[in-house]
This record gives sequence, C-alpha cells and structure tokens, in this order.
Amino acid sequence: MTAGRPRDGLAASLFLLPYLVLFGAFVLLPIVLGLWISLHNWDFTLPGKPFVGVENYTKLFDPGSVAFGPFWDAMQATGIFTVFSVPLLILIPLAVALVMNERFPGRNMFRAIYFAPYVLGVAVVGVMWRFLLDANIGAVNAYLDALGLPGDTAWLSSLPAAWVALVGVTVWWTLGFNAVIYLAGLQDIPQELYDAARVDGASRWSSFRYVTLPGLRPVTMFVTLITIIGSANMFGQSFIMTNGAPAQDTRTAVFYIAETGLQQFQMGQAAAAAWILTVALMLLSIVVFGLFRLRGSVDA
Amino acid sequence: MKTLRYAVLVVLTAIFISPLVFMVVTSFKSVREAVQTPPTWVPSPLTTQAYERILGATETPVFRWFLNSMLAATLNAALVVTTSALAAYALARLEFRGKKVVFGLIISTLFVPPVILVVPSYEIVGRLYWLDTLAAIIVPTAAGAFGVFFLRQFFTQLPRELEESAFLDGANRWQVFTRVVLPLSKPALATLALLSFLTNWNDFLWPVYVLFSPENQTLQAGLSTLQSANSVRYDLLMAGAVVASLPVLLLYLLAQRFVIEGVSRSGLKG
Repeated sequence: MTAGRPRDGLAASLFLLPYLVLFGAFVLLPIVLGLWISLHNWDFTLPGKPFVGVENYTKLFDPGSVAFGPFWDAMQATGIFTVFSVPLLILIPLAVALVMNERFPGRNMFRAIYFAPYVLGVAVVGVMWRFLLDANIGAVNAYLDALGLPGDTAWLSSLPAAWVALVGVTVWWTLGFNAVIYLAGLQDIPQELYDAARVDGASRWSSFRYVTLPGLRPVTMFVTLITIIGSANMFGQSFIMTNGAPAQDTRTAVFYIAETGLQQFQMGQAAAAAWILTVALMLLSIVVFGLFRLRGSVDA
Repeated sequence: MKTLRYAVLVVLTAIFISPLVFMVVTSFKSVREAVQTPPTWVPSPLTTQAYERILGATETPVFRWFLNSMLAATLNAALVVTTSALAAYALARLEFRGKKVVFGLIISTLFVPPVILVVPSYEIVGRLYWLDTLAAIIVPTAAGAFGVFFLRQFFTQLPRELEESAFLDGANRWQVFTRVVLPLSKPALATLALLSFLTNWNDFLWPVYVLFSPENQTLQAGLSTLQSANSVRYDLLMAGAVVASLPVLLLYLLAQRFVIEGVSRSGLKG
C-alpha cells in the first residue's frame, strides 16, 4: 500500500466523483439532516421550523405526553414481531440448508423453489396472503376446516392470530434468503474435518455438533444480525395485511415513523423516533456480536 | 426410507410453493369463483377479465404502473452499476490520499437501517422538486454502499497482469478500465444489475409515501392502492399481484444462479 504517494489523485477523484455525489446527497446528508430535523418542530409543509432542542426525544420518554403511547405501542409491536420471527428465521433456514446440502435428484430445483418467494416484493406477498388468510373465504381457513381444525380464525384482525400470520408469512417469504447464506457457509466447511470426525468414530449428531455448528458460527452471526435488523424494520406486512389491526396492535415502529413523519408531517418527532429505534438496534447488535464472540472463545 | 424422506420433501415443497400457484390460478377466475369455498384449483370458466379490467382502469392504471416500474428499476440498476463500478475501481486499484477513509466511510453505512434515512430524504427530495416523480424512486436508492463494496471485492481479485500488460501496450487508465477490467467483470456487473433491479422493483415504503398521483405509482405502491379500491375483488387483486411479480419471476427463472450466488456471496463477505 502506497497511501503516501498520491500519484493517481486526479484519476481517483474523477472515478469517485459520481458515486460520492450520490452518497453525499442521499446517505451522509440525510444522516446528519435527520439529527438536525429531530431537534426542531419540523413540518415539511410549513415555513416556520422552530428549534426545540431535545424536546422531541424527551416527549417520547414522558408518559404524560400524547406522543408517548403510540410510539411505545409501536415499539412493542416491533419487539413482539422481532422476538418471534428471529429464532424461526435462524432455525428453519438452517434446517432447509442442511437438507439442500445433501446430494439428491433435483436439488438445484428445490433450492430455487425455496428461494423464489424472496424475489417477490412485500406488496405482492402481502396482497396474496391477505387473500389466503381472509377469515371467510380464505384458502387457509378452508383447508383447516377440511382437516377438522377450527376454520374461522380471524387471522388478520385478532390477537394472537395476527402475529402468527405476520410472522408465518415473513418466514415463508424470507427463509430462502437465509438458507442460501447458510448453504454457502456449509459448503465452506472443509470436507477433511468431517472425514477426521468419521475416523474418530463420531456419530452424525456429534459431527453436526462439533464440526458443522462451530464451522457455521460466522455465518450464523451474520444471519442473526441481518435478520434482527430486517425484523426490527418490518413495515410492509403490517401495512398491507393487517393495516395495524386489531386497533393499533400490529402497527410497527417503522409504520409509526412513516405515518408520523410522511403523512402527518410531524417530521421532528418521527426523526427522533427513528434515531431511538436505530440506537436501540445498534445496542442490540453489539450485544449479539458480543454473545457470539463469547461463545466462540468458550468453545475454542 | 430414502424414498419416504424424498416423498416428504416433495410434499413439503409443493405446499410451500402452492400459495404462488393459487395466486396465478385465482387471477384467471371469474369474480364469483375467486371467492368460492372450498377453493378450486382449475378455473372454470377460465377468463382474463380481471386483467382486462385492471390494465387500463383510470384510477388504477396497472399497465402504466408496469411501465413506471420498468423504467425506474432499469434506470436505477444502470445508475448503480455505473457509479459503483467507477468508484469501486478507484478503491480497488488506484493509489490516492485518503483512500482508507473514503472506503471506511462508505462501508460503515452498509448496515445503517434505512428507516433513519426516510424522513430527511423526504425533505431533500422535496427541495429538489422530485416528490411525485420517478426521479425520487430512481436516484436516492442508488447511493447505497452495497454496489461499491460488492464490485471492489471482485475487482481486487482480478489478476493484475492483464491490466499491467495493457499499460505496457500504451493504454491509459480509462482504456484499461473500459477494455480490460469491465469485460472481465461481466458476471459481477450482471449480478449487481440484477440485484439492484429486483430491489428497486420491490421497494415499497418509499414509493408509497413519495408518489401521490394514480398515474405516477410504481407497481408495488400501486398494489396497495388497488387493494384499497377493490378490497374484496380478489380476482383483480391477484391479477395485479401477478403483473407485479411477472418480470421478477421471469428474471429469476432465467438468471437464478446469478441471483442466488450474488446473495450468498454478499452474505459471506459481510
């Protein structure tokens, strides 16, 4: 590395310029501007945007303020969704990846099928499942009924059924994505380790426990982190399938931020809420990262 | 035993994909059959009335939305690939002051949750007079760090000898980039273009809030309008959903390996 010799300086600036203009205007500037907006009573449609200091933040932590209830209800909805979707999205895709890592006829076709829902947008997925989960004419209730199970669940407008629906649909939609990442991780584990385990007389379970799982640790950490970030940012499923129902119980934090900021134009309040959500997520990511590191050193 | 396990896998996979099949089947049903229970799997009569009804409707011009989405996703993919390739080449091969800082800054935003950008981006797009235009869908999302990260990784792994021999033949930087590096990188560029197209095509929250007029919607945002306008006309909604998924499913069928390998590579290096 010859960082001290700026011999390509001019060429480098020209190559970098187009991207850096975009990056500056639509990534860096928004990050800073978001903080600035959160310190103001900022309405996009009004000329005056008075500075209010940290009031938008303190309001969100003050049980007496009108902003407190809706925000924390939404944070709670995001919390519930994250707590139930993340473990399923770590375990089920791992199982799918383990099956897809075996040799059997048509393996690539099966892999393609399990990944397919992920290429659909959340709007398609939501509209489709709202139909399938319709309480009266939906296929899900019709088949549950045919199996002799209760066939009248209000999947989209009662609790806890709405959470089962939102989590279930999300698992169906995104499990292929996580499975593909696990699969790449599985294929990176050297065959010699399995051979050595077999020579030592290891059972299938112990070679899974002592070769596969440790070998997958970095990939599992990556999957866990991106799944937490994804689940904590859930919006479209609620927006399309339940529209927050029943009451506002399935309205997530991102749903709250989008409505407050981009529909009611209380942008200062929404920007502050977005920062609180982001900081909470960053702290959670650090904890998860730390836990994986800790487990790693215990196992080693 | 082996056959039994295989049979279980086939059945589970069939159940897994059946919702998609049912969506397509329903889009060819009559109004009445679409909401009939128990559900039917072969439309009778088979009709395209749902498609005819939605494609040209004035309040929900699905065909117009299709063109909007095509245009937005294509231009977004082109913008991502062009700007990222240029920047990634500089970061992979050129020597200049502050390289590590620039690269570090870009990479550090890779995991920034998009929700933090939504409110201020709306303000910026508003000041640019881009609200309710496709520019709002095409440009801001092209600034993501993923493309630079992904292509830099690829460029770094190319053998340097080819570039060096081109220099010896008297080529300049630009010629080396366009005639040696880019042709060698076709698979990576195609993968990035494909992933960008898919992401932009499927983007939902942003278009829902920045596009207002019926004729300016993208398909994904439009689907939610279609749903509010026809909440129980499931034949129409499924036809809309099929139109909104057709191009991405086709791309996926044709270039499945690129998509899956792109995703798995992005994972391993993240």
